[in-house]
Amino acid sequence: MLDEIRPALIITRREIRDQLRDWRIILPIAMLTLIFPFLANFTTRRILDFVQKYGASLLAERFIPFLLMIVGFFPISISLVIALESFAGETERRSIEPLLSSPLTDGQLYLGKLIACIFIPLFASYLGMSVYLFGIYNNTGWRADPMFLLLIILLTAVQALVMVCGAVVISTQTTSVRAANLLASFIIIPVALLIQVESVMMLYADYRVLWWAVLALVILAVLLIRMGITHLNREELLGHEIDTLNLRWMWQVFRQQLVGNALSPWDWYSREIPRTLRKMVVPIGWMALLLAATIILGVAEVKQLGLTAGMFGLDRLKIVDEQILSQFRQIGFFSTGNVLSIWWHNLRAVTIATVLGSLTLGVAGVLILLLPLGIIGFFTGAASLTGLSPLLVLVAFTMPHGLLEIPAIILSGAAILRVGASFVSPNQGVSIGEGLVISIADWVKITLALVIPLFLGAAILEVFVSPLLLVRLLGGG
Amino acid sequence: MIQTQNLTKKFNNFLAVDQVSLEVKSGEVLALLGPNGAGKTTTLRMLTSVLRPTSGSARVAGYDVVTQSAQVRASVGILTEQHGLYGRMTALEYLDFFGQIYRMESPTRRKRTDELLEQFGLWGDRKRRIGEYSKGMRQKLALARALYHNPPVLLMDEPTSAMDPESARLVRDAIHGLRTANRGIIICTHNLAEAEELADKIAIIHRGRIIISGAVEELKTHLLGAPQFEVRLGASLEQVDISLPDPATLTGQGEDWIRYQTTNPVQVNPLVVEYLVSKALPVIRLAEVPRSLEKAYLQAMSETGNTEPNVDMPELPLSSGKTQHVG
Repeated sequence: MLDEIRPALIITRREIRDQLRDWRIILPIAMLTLIFPFLANFTTRRILDFVQKYGASLLAERFIPFLLMIVGFFPISISLVIALESFAGETERRSIEPLLSSPLTDGQLYLGKLIACIFIPLFASYLGMSVYLFGIYNNTGWRADPMFLLLIILLTAVQALVMVCGAVVISTQTTSVRAANLLASFIIIPVALLIQVESVMMLYADYRVLWWAVLALVILAVLLIRMGITHLNREELLGHEIDTLNLRWMWQVFRQQLVGNALSPWDWYSREIPRTLRKMVVPIGWMALLLAATIILGVAEVKQLGLTAGMFGLDRLKIVDEQILSQFRQIGFFSTGNVLSIWWHNLRAVTIATVLGSLTLGVAGVLILLLPLGIIGFFTGAASLTGLSPLLVLVAFTMPHGLLEIPAIILSGAAILRVGASFVSPNQGVSIGEGLVISIADWVKITLALVIPLFLGAAILEVFVSPLLLVRLLGGG
Repeated sequence: MIQTQNLTKKFNNFLAVDQVSLEVKSGEVLALLGPNGAGKTTTLRMLTSVLRPTSGSARVAGYDVVTQSAQVRASVGILTEQHGLYGRMTALEYLDFFGQIYRMESPTRRKRTDELLEQFGLWGDRKRRIGEYSKGMRQKLALARALYHNPPVLLMDEPTSAMDPESARLVRDAIHGLRTANRGIIICTHNLAEAEELADKIAIIHRGRIIISGAVEELKTHLLGAPQFEVRLGASLEQVDISLPDPATLTGQGEDWIRYQTTNPVQVNPLVVEYLVSKALPVIRLAEVPRSLEKAYLQAMSETGNTEPNVDMPELPLSSGKTQHVG
């Protein structure tokens, strides 16, 4: 094991030495490590003096840990710059080729650079935090709780790790530092949002949420490390000479994947679609499991929150009768216009889920699709408090249109998961771009051939049949 | 030492290397010639297991480039076209860094570093930052890096580009010195004089294909025809009707000289001299007319000039769309 890591550390040592000789890295780090903590100390003292005049000591107490987090974050932001430069810079300067031609493995090269990108900024971050804490203790006598200190240390480390892992992925996929910097917004924007959420939690002193954030970031870092090692491909690093968008080639790959060897629409439906579905067996299975788990989670949340039957006025479910059908009619049911409206709404949701999913490794897309199921589960759980059978409520509100809509959601979610997976774990012998185009073509294929017709059928059933079944099942209760 | 069989590399729809078959034995130097974008660098990258062949196979120092890539990379020293050095390191640090990567022990690294810096005349600048080096110095350092772990296979892309004549000579002498019984060398170069001087064999690559390969002299004969000889005479030819003995073919004549072509100079040249003397024409000098590799190369390239990329070239008398091995 150590024998495997040693070559990685050779890379790390060289990179760190290189960073220490670069004033463009050292100067900002030194300023953020030594000057900013003093500035933060000064600010804290001024704020403490100010808020204590008005007796707002709670605010003062919350402000000290908040600034500790900020003092720790600033130096690690430099790691992003270093990481973005790591592979793209070497590719641009052509110094990567002798390394790629050496006996180093991809993992060793990745690990060596990863440690090098994090080491100095993280060291500077901890040093800055120590300076800040020492100053605060000296001035106010405030001492950090050991668990809180551990939380901040871990949070800072995993934030740095996530930024660096993400930046390394970007860096391996671009041939110039400029291109890498342009793509850095994919990291900067989510991290900025994360810091804002963390700041709110700091001011609320809800540290439990921050522990969850640490856990989530660790999972994200693991995913990104896997993605980084998968994409650290000698071929990709040297094969791309310029970052061009080859639309013609993309269209050829897309078309080939979409149409396949089909000679007619019937041939496409009968041969190509089953072939694509066979490729999607695993994500379909995952999506079905997630869907079931979401419904169960929704039901369980009712118990968790200790809700009572009267809270939502769901007792009315017991008096569903024929009159309710006229109410359904008033809100647009039993009309063709509503069919199109529901159909369009579902398609829009799937499209948004796909766009967000492709930007978040599939996660946000799947969450959007699962959310309504979670709500249905919650509603079912809440309705069961009135004494109704949960299964009966579930069937009454989701059938028969659910017979078509749920498979459509599962298929759509599976296709989105594949788009996300094309980044994290691409197929062997296929570049990221090619993998992405193939997965998008599969998504289009499944959407056109199955999701759109299934949603249309579901909308027809929902508008014309589901209300009748609802009344039949719950009516006269 | 190096063997490739129908080695092919495709980047999306672009065929960069097309069924290249080469062989370099121990102690041999092969020069890979071709215009920019012909596929030379891609071939070298496949031989260092950096790029994976789309099809075909290659063995380097006995290892397969696909299945034994780590062993291949450990056995190869590569000088890349753009040397890609680290500007903030010194030559000492740089060579030591690569020595560590190749898992060489510290005393060996020290000894090797000293040796190579001395050999390439960089000893005096060993503690200067590489960023301050001239182009030629950088090239020499990159070559020192390629040789550092004493690899059995050396692949060099433009080894003397950007060098002044003196440094280029130093590097060429070094390459001469590297030719040992247990080392195979491939040089990619645009410098045809250099290729002629260093290489035992030449392969000309065009649009990813080897269009012709063989020993230097054999290649010249194949491309430029039989060697020509020129005889300087001690008398005027004005009143003399020259009819050379078979199989010599007269190709030109002046007031006091003639040129002829023959595939068998050992047998024919004495007959020609005898004939001229019998005609009372004293021979002052007989010498082969020099034929440069450049001329042969240009001849080979001109014969491919009108072909479409990566298509068979049936009209080409040398290759008939396939690699022509000469000799």
